[in-house]
Amino acid sequence: MRELKLFLGPNHPGMHGNFSVHLYVDGDIVKRARPLPGMLHRGFEKLMERRLWTNNIALIPRICVVEPDINEMVYAMGAEALGNIEVPERAHWIRMIILELARIGIHMMAFGGIGGPTGLYTGPNWAITERDLILDIFEEITGARVYHMYIVVGGVRKDLPKGIEKKIENVLDKLEGRLSEYEDLILRNSTIINRTKDNIVLPEEVARELGVTGIGLRTSSGKAYDIRKVDPYARYDQVEFEVPVANYSDAYTRLETKYKEVKQSIRIIRQVLEKMPKDGPVRAKVSTGSALKWRIPKGQVFSHIESSRGEYGYYIVSDGSRQPYRIAVRGASYPQGLLGIEKYLPGTRLDDVAIWLDTMGVCAPEIDR
Amino acid sequence: MGNKKNFFAPIKAWKYLVKKPISIPMEDIFENPREAADRYRGFHANDWEKCIGCGTCSEICPTNAIVMQEREELPDEDGSKPEKPAIDYGRCTFCGLCVDICTTNSLTMTKEYVHISKDVDDFYFLPKENGIHDIKYENAYVRDEVSELLDLKRYDMVGLEADERKDSFIEIVKGFSKETAIAEASRCVECGICTKTCPATMNIPEYILSIWKDDLEEGVDWLYKTNPLPGVCGRICTHKCETACALGNRGEAVSIRWLKRYIVDNTPEEDYEKVVLANVSKGGEGKVAIVGAGPAGISAGYYLRTMGYEVDIFEAMPLAGGVMRYGIPQYRLPDYSLDKDISFIEKIGVKIHTNTQVGKDIQLEELHSKYDVVFLGTGFFGARGLNIPNSDHKDVHLAMDFLPQVRDFARGVIKDIDVHKSAVVIGGGNVAFDVARSLIRLQEIKYGKSDVKLIALENEEQLPADREEYEEGMEEGIKYQLGCGPQEVMLDDKGNIKGVKGFKCLSIFDGQHRFNPQFDTSDVKMVEGTQVYVSIGQSPDYSYLDKELEEKLGITRGKITKIGKNRQVEGVDWLFAGGDIVQGPDVIHGIADGHEAAKAIDEYLMNGKNKKK
Repeated sequence: MRELKLFLGPNHPGMHGNFSVHLYVDGDIVKRARPLPGMLHRGFEKLMERRLWTNNIALIPRICVVEPDINEMVYAMGAEALGNIEVPERAHWIRMIILELARIGIHMMAFGGIGGPTGLYTGPNWAITERDLILDIFEEITGARVYHMYIVVGGVRKDLPKGIEKKIENVLDKLEGRLSEYEDLILRNSTIINRTKDNIVLPEEVARELGVTGIGLRTSSGKAYDIRKVDPYARYDQVEFEVPVANYSDAYTRLETKYKEVKQSIRIIRQVLEKMPKDGPVRAKVSTGSALKWRIPKGQVFSHIESSRGEYGYYIVSDGSRQPYRIAVRGASYPQGLLGIEKYLPGTRLDDVAIWLDTMGVCAPEIDR
Repeated sequence: MGNKKNFFAPIKAWKYLVKKPISIPMEDIFENPREAADRYRGFHANDWEKCIGCGTCSEICPTNAIVMQEREELPDEDGSKPEKPAIDYGRCTFCGLCVDICTTNSLTMTKEYVHISKDVDDFYFLPKENGIHDIKYENAYVRDEVSELLDLKRYDMVGLEADERKDSFIEIVKGFSKETAIAEASRCVECGICTKTCPATMNIPEYILSIWKDDLEEGVDWLYKTNPLPGVCGRICTHKCETACALGNRGEAVSIRWLKRYIVDNTPEEDYEKVVLANVSKGGEGKVAIVGAGPAGISAGYYLRTMGYEVDIFEAMPLAGGVMRYGIPQYRLPDYSLDKDISFIEKIGVKIHTNTQVGKDIQLEELHSKYDVVFLGTGFFGARGLNIPNSDHKDVHLAMDFLPQVRDFARGVIKDIDVHKSAVVIGGGNVAFDVARSLIRLQEIKYGKSDVKLIALENEEQLPADREEYEEGMEEGIKYQLGCGPQEVMLDDKGNIKGVKGFKCLSIFDGQHRFNPQFDTSDVKMVEGTQVYVSIGQSPDYSYLDKELEEKLGITRGKITKIGKNRQVEGVDWLFAGGDIVQGPDVIHGIADGHEAAKAIDEYLMNGKNKKK
């Protein structure tokens, strides 16, 4: 048997972020795979210990580039729990808008992303266009397209700009109108179907063994384990939505589930726009004084939310000073992205490695944080 | 889903082949960029007119992208630094925290976002009003109430109400509780503009930080580095620091003075003593005599002693403290506080000889022969009189004669002061208010009611006294006749004072900023009262100097002018001077002077010049 060593990443179109996998292949079958984190040189967790509680909002969005807001949210939730800070009602609802828009945004990216490994390049062009409409909304609300730094400890950084509700609705309408075309182009495309159906199967035992959450767990087990339902945060307990599940998890099912989730997110945002208080405060005080001296009381907390890739959490320890003492990030893709690659990527055809990484939801910075 | 159907489904996408593309052509991105959103966090703009160079933006910057750059063309004034923020866009994350925390609102972010260069050093900018490329772009990300990162409101200081305080000399201000002090301390942005403004360059941000950390021992250490009378300054300092405080631009300045007082009043005695005594070092060889135990003398004595010199202070009065002991009334500066400060001066080994007047009990020449160096800190203890008709009447009193009696009365040394039921105070400075408010108290104690009127040349805005003096005086019942120049003390048939006649004051200074008041003689004011107290300034007493020395000092308008920056008298090596007689009346200036002089004396003695065996 001849074995060949191939490098996937750290810079590779099929790799998400600066992350490297050494592939030992025999023919076009992967025999062994060795994930190599450490290419990012960011050291998020350590950096957070050296930054003020306020300052960290400039750093943490970078742990997930495509869906940065989840970081801001878990960070804020954790600090708020430690500091007994009561978030104003309106801020909860604004946060939901941001989080769900971000979820749609990353799912659109995934729709486009599947075009890379399968060769369907119309997909990325379309999806990025639609995603950009969402980024336009983000730009108007937060002042930035990608790293929003908008959800902060105590609420949100600024109130919604006037008339944004109408613009959000327009984007949702437009997106909804396009969804059937996406279905035609991607989900009913034989290129995609042939490459993803019955391919990259994730059995329930494997999901449980590794600790996979999110779409992976839901499509393999049929159980609706979604933090928004099992431990509701913000005001997710006051809106109606379904958690799509399945009993067979192949690449296609997982892709299809994202499509279904986009529809649910649109449904959530519509309800939020209708139910949210129309005015009122959006930010509570963290502690006395200027932001340079904000302190969070001593204690420890684990806060978690549902990201597009599963359960996303921060374990935060505060020693009562103006910087966090320790923050550990529970990246949703850590189990499959590190352990999963090593144990379950072998056996995959070389052409399908990128599909494996894409549909399993591997996000480099949250592994290499 | 049949395979056939699936085969045709994607073909529907072909309809877009004939549609216009929505992507923007490359050349348009550079030449005609898409307009950014109204809140867009683009490149910065900084209004140099407003920016005070406090550096708070640089302090909060998570990536250290902002560096404060010193600019020679900028003036170095109180309340600002000659620095402006420069931003490295290679590091900037465009988070906008700098904008949210800007103390003056000068920093904003614009809609500009295009900058192209192959040179990495080309991303370092000093933004001005028109952004980084000097092209005016619309402001985009600006701070609002929600994104505010400063705490602009002061925490209230608890004090006695007017009714509770006006019939006794009990201290008005009660001091901060621990919680309030920490909360107030947390407002500080540590810019240090206060330090720059303080005559004694006190380490204000540092001691405020100690309060915030609840490490008062460290706080005491910071205080004594530049000020050996923190208890006094924590109560009666004219707090130029608070006027300069960066937070004052958009909100209320940090209560720096009360925070200083909090450290002094709340540090446990043994910790306090440990810190202060630890400051004394051995090494200085020499003896220094100090004339006058006022702020300047005590400060010079303290620092000389910490350097190891032997220090003797000669004070004419029975108690040390000078104007702090015999001028400022008890309700502002109680004896116990002054005693505490002075006790530590004595504990480190400074000898204070009270009841010893130089020029009478001991001659200056004698000090010169016995000591290596003599420091003069005799202050402005005399009163300046007012030269108007009948101002020599027996019921016309001078502030600096009256105030020592008030202090002695309050501490029980004298039993009675001859105050009438009604009085007129002339003057608009802090001392005039001290007189007026003391009179209120004395009248209330004696008669159960008070009638005090205050005449000043200045109107309400020009009044040199602190605003709080004006307001608290009003609460206590002083009636003001401001913008009025006294012309004559009016007498009745029996020769007793019945009031003061004044003209409306039109202007105080002439075109050359010289004191030259103009009056409207047709607008006559009669202010009634049977006693008059004049408080229009203080004067020095140089009777202890011989003629020859007096000439060498070059005394002009009461101040010594022939003196170097190091407080050494020109041409008289062994003589140094400081405080009021050099700077004019102010406690904190006196302390600063004493410290400066101590350093200069140390240098002088170390160099061994003129050293006696």
